[in-house]
Amino acid sequence: MSRSVPKYAFVIAAFVALALYPLVAGKYGIDLISKIMVYAIFALSLELLVGSTGLVCFGQAAFFGLGAYATVLLSPGYEPSSLLWLLPAAMGVAGAYALFMGALSLRTKGVYFIMVTLAFAQMAFYVIHDTPLGGGTDGIYLNAKPIMGALLDLDRPMQLYGFTLASLIGTFGLLALLLQSRFGRALAGIRVNEQRMRATGFSTYPYKLAAFVISGALAGLAGFLFAVKDGFVNPEMLGWHQSGAVLIMIIFGGLGHLRGALIGAFAFVLLQELFMSEAIFGSFAKHWHLSLGLTIIASVALLPRGLVGLPEQISQRLGGLRNPRHEEAEDEL
Amino acid sequence: MELATFLIQCLNALQYGLLLFLVASGLTLIFGIMGVINLAHGSFYMIGAYMAYALAPIVANTFGGGFISTLMVGLVLSVLLGYVLEWTFFSFLYEREHLQQVLMTYGLILIFEELRSMLLGDDVHGAPMPSWLSGSFALGEIMTYPIYRLFVSGVCLALALGMYLVFSRTRLGMMIRAGASNREMVQSLGVDIKFLYRVVFAAGVALAALAGMVAAPVSSVYPGMGNQVLIICFVVVVIGGIGSIRGAMLASLMIGLVDTFGNVFFPQAAGVLVYVMMALVLLWKPEGLFKAG
Amino acid sequence: MSSEILLRGLELTRRWGGVVAVNQVSLDLERGTVHAVIGTNGAGKSTLINLLSGEYPPSEGRVELLGQDVSNWSQPRRARAGLGRSYQRNTIFPSFTVFENCRLSAQAHWQKPWAIWQSARHCPDSSAVASHAARRVGLGDLMDRPAGLLSHGQKRQLEIAMCLATEPQVLLLDEPLAGMGAEETDRMLALLDELKPGHAILLVEHDMDAVFRIADRITVMVNGCQVASGTPEDVRNNPEVQSAYLGEEH
Repeated sequence: MSRSVPKYAFVIAAFVALALYPLVAGKYGIDLISKIMVYAIFALSLELLVGSTGLVCFGQAAFFGLGAYATVLLSPGYEPSSLLWLLPAAMGVAGAYALFMGALSLRTKGVYFIMVTLAFAQMAFYVIHDTPLGGGTDGIYLNAKPIMGALLDLDRPMQLYGFTLASLIGTFGLLALLLQSRFGRALAGIRVNEQRMRATGFSTYPYKLAAFVISGALAGLAGFLFAVKDGFVNPEMLGWHQSGAVLIMIIFGGLGHLRGALIGAFAFVLLQELFMSEAIFGSFAKHWHLSLGLTIIASVALLPRGLVGLPEQISQRLGGLRNPRHEEAEDEL
Repeated sequence: MELATFLIQCLNALQYGLLLFLVASGLTLIFGIMGVINLAHGSFYMIGAYMAYALAPIVANTFGGGFISTLMVGLVLSVLLGYVLEWTFFSFLYEREHLQQVLMTYGLILIFEELRSMLLGDDVHGAPMPSWLSGSFALGEIMTYPIYRLFVSGVCLALALGMYLVFSRTRLGMMIRAGASNREMVQSLGVDIKFLYRVVFAAGVALAALAGMVAAPVSSVYPGMGNQVLIICFVVVVIGGIGSIRGAMLASLMIGLVDTFGNVFFPQAAGVLVYVMMALVLLWKPEGLFKAG
Repeated sequence: MSSEILLRGLELTRRWGGVVAVNQVSLDLERGTVHAVIGTNGAGKSTLINLLSGEYPPSEGRVELLGQDVSNWSQPRRARAGLGRSYQRNTIFPSFTVFENCRLSAQAHWQKPWAIWQSARHCPDSSAVASHAARRVGLGDLMDRPAGLLSHGQKRQLEIAMCLATEPQVLLLDEPLAGMGAEETDRMLALLDELKPGHAILLVEHDMDAVFRIADRITVMVNGCQVASGTPEDVRNNPEVQSAYLGEEH
């Protein structure tokens, strides 16, 4: 138990800091942190699949983008819609596509699975990009941001910030609860040795499919928030660069840990801002893809356990090899 | 549909499918034999196309060479590129997990794209078509078909035939086929596995780049071409079965047909049709149509 | 009084393309007995055990568990019905503790996946069964140790414990003695002796001394075919077995 306290403390401190941040930040800062929080929810959704269940999905952007597009497409013309049905609807669309994608992809294993999820995401991309459903290759605008009666108006930046933070805390809490439950332990077993789980009596396919749908719905939540924040969606949100970016976030942060998704989203967006900033890189800033590519390669090569594992990696280097690393049953925080 | 139109679409489907096969065969080989997922494979196709565009004037000025000379120079350069890349980067990926390979090669794509942007810009270019191939021949009474497209199909078929001969008739081919199904055994037989891998990788790169070079005059040279071809190649490999050349050929032709005729009959859904086909194949055979080899 | 037959394999055959891995093999597992299957490498023992446990269906023949035809049942379904299986290579969860390994296995009978507000670790049912199983194989003092840090012999014990945690009636054990020294082998055989009364045990093994010590019935397989089947004495004296198999062994 004593190993978990610092992790709980870190997570709680992070949420408190996020709650207090608007008091000291300007518009740019609030906008940036809002974006990071949305990406953190997106990253958490993928962490459930990759880190907890061991399913490397390279198509997470499909759920993110479909949630975003559903938000815009299901909103009536110029009147603000009710959050109470729009949000579940957006998550439902994303979850439904996850059900479809999962039902077919889970028939494959290993590298086929990775490629198949990528291809199914491309399918969604082309539907949005090429057909009239998606409203065109340039994207579409959200004309009125949703409200919840008189209580909540997401058109107001501070209220949106608060709602986003609440969603992040809710997502984190839900996943933490899930992972310590029987369902979560079964997912962990499937990740470590699916054959053993089947031999023991677990039908693994329904578990994996359930994880897929939950993951998809949560990514849809992130898509909803993104659409509301920017008021604009475009097909690139379903593109594989987006799927790659969110995968990098959770690897960078540290697989197998929920706080890794938080840290990874934070670090990735900040790094991107850094590389794109002309103040630091001058005219090279427009080639930020190069810096990003090199960083990705370096971080995968040098930080096998991500940023979360960095303190241990350093102390191992400094103090020689201590006890080999092992998970406790509830290390996933 | 008129017979002549139908014939033209068939020829187009064949040409697209064969070109796809050229690129996808490299991908499936590298995967089947070395066990590496290489997301940057599409970039080699793009590099080939940009080479055709950039090298043509240089080759013309230096020694008055034409199209074929440019192809030769490009081929040599891509083999070299493949060799160096395998030696400095890819050889470190063999023992890593698939997820790490995916990410590292994804980083490589970003680097290639940006290098291309810095060296050759982001504009769309045309590549010169050699005059002796730029005519058309008559199909029926009104239709004509460009000779160059037949040339592309011809080159791809010749290379496919060459691959078949190398695999089934030469010792190198035998070692490659054995390596695809049992790496350790090949190693224990005293084959220099490192050299084998380097050769296979360089060949894969060269095939993709050559496809790009040959396709450039008809498909033009533009920044996103690598990514586009990569995803379709994945579909080819998934449908055909990892490591199977036969599967890659069959899947490429299937995709060529579906895509070409899809564009004729359902232009808006054409992009999606290929994936629908993939879904159907996977429902039937979750590991693709053929096994490795 | 005749014993209850818990598991039957009837004329089991399995083909892979042109190769017949298992050819018309029949055997019965009775409660309170150990039935050993021996044979050279490639004789089809692994395929046979896979057919019985449900990893793939038979090309021909039937599998009956507790009187029911389970030939088309998936492996998880058979496991839930009382068929336990241990593997030749370790399939323990190295990053979990010994306790968690057993508890997760026990959870197969108390899955309740929707009850996410309940902590898995504190689930009383699976915890009780897990502790019992771990103690039964002798790992009671090592509950909190990560399974990856156990010795090889202890890992094999854990493999059995995970099997027991599902409270099976039939145990299919694939080379449980693999890689064990003399002392560990004795301990394992004593454990199997203890387990006999409540269970029907199928034992695939290479260690001939162990097999003849503990088995009540022996089936000999050569090239997928059942060459002999009977008591250890019958098998030892069977001339075909002697020439084809025992004579070539140490």
